[in-house]
Amino acid sequence: MAEFDTSPIMTSGAAFGVTPSQTVGPFLHLALADPADAWVVPVGTVSGFWLRGTVTDGNADPVTDALVETWQASANDAEVSASVVGFGRCPTDAAGCWAIHTVKPPPTSAADGRRAAPHLAVSIFARGLLDRLVTRIYFADEEEANAVDPVLGELPDPTRGQTLLATPTKDGYHFSLRLQGEAETVFFAL
Amino acid sequence: MSTPEPRGLPAGYARPAPGTDAPLISPAYRSTAARAPSRPLVALTPGLNELTGPLFGMDRVRPGDADLSRGPSGDALGQRIVVAGRVLDADGRPIPDALIEIWQANASGRYHHERDNWPAPLDPNFSGGGRTVTDEEGHYRFLTIKPGAYPWANHVNAWRPAHIHVSLFGRSFSQRLVTQMYFPDDPLFFQDPILGAIPDPAARRRLVSAYDHALTEAQWALGFRWDIVLRGPLAVPFEPLSEQDHHG
Repeated sequence: MAEFDTSPIMTSGAAFGVTPSQTVGPFLHLALADPADAWVVPVGTVSGFWLRGTVTDGNADPVTDALVETWQASANDAEVSASVVGFGRCPTDAAGCWAIHTVKPPPTSAADGRRAAPHLAVSIFARGLLDRLVTRIYFADEEEANAVDPVLGELPDPTRGQTLLATPTKDGYHFSLRLQGEAETVFFAL
Repeated sequence: MSTPEPRGLPAGYARPAPGTDAPLISPAYRSTAARAPSRPLVALTPGLNELTGPLFGMDRVRPGDADLSRGPSGDALGQRIVVAGRVLDADGRPIPDALIEIWQANASGRYHHERDNWPAPLDPNFSGGGRTVTDEEGHYRFLTIKPGAYPWANHVNAWRPAHIHVSLFGRSFSQRLVTQMYFPDDPLFFQDPILGAIPDPAARRRLVSAYDHALTEAQWALGFRWDIVLRGPLAVPFEPLSEQDHHG
């Protein structure tokens, strides 16, 4: 019967090897696109704003089938309800645009005990991306905190730090995600 | 393709072994050409945001969400299957309360999606999306139908092997995983540039489920077992979030 062994892979020597990533593909909306997920904080939250962005490819064309996810560990704001979990998710639309309604997170402690400037952790999924891309969204109007942030301060090419800054707009902030090309966003290996 | 390791990685923080994940630029998969970053990834010392993550639990799952086999007017067409297994960390510890979201083509290889124009029939009783949460021992279970293979435009006579898309939130942002589960002995593996982009053959095999007669339900559904291993474990060197909130 050995040649018909159907025991699961996990028990046969590959124990606890990590499961690889695969592309999210173009049909992610069937499971991952609940409009409610754009609301990290509810409408009417005093300090709430819209963080709006675009996703473009190496030809500067809009990426219309991407998914942007954001995570911020804590809100630290008396105005924000305790139900806030800090997770946001939005697929890009026909123009490559996405938006989440959130609040600016507080500074957090970095791994070496220094203070990290306010930022969101971001994942980008899309057809053509075999693994998610990971980046951070910082805020251009936090100059003092950004100036001492350990990650912004230790980029191999400090001039690319500009790609990690969301810029103020009339209803919040804007952040461009450029997957490839001249002004390519800094993406991180976690 | 990344810069040197940063200092100050937390204890127990481990990246997947080389060869586990596909290079972002994989020319055989044509869509990577204009979308994969052209510059090296920058190695990141994870901070609080990367070492924590949303813990959803059952609040995002409704009864019946793990059963894709029934639609508004009856049973979905196709081979009824059980897909079940465990979600573990790289030390083999079960990950409880992990949200799993899945989506797939129907038995004809057609997605219930406006952008899928492959002229195979839609099934009014199969929407193809489902979700569940792992139990305290990391177990999950879906009832669905076996997806069909379908053609795509990547290369001449290109066909995707039958697969189920799977999205997981572990316990932290760094454990987030979106992947695809395949079925054993699929003759289409050899020409698939998405599965084939994974360098390590052993890692590739970890995306292929195993037929498991113990999961097969008599007079009802064939069983496929697939265990999912997320990176980690994670030793989080930060104070608890509740303290973080109070101390600012």
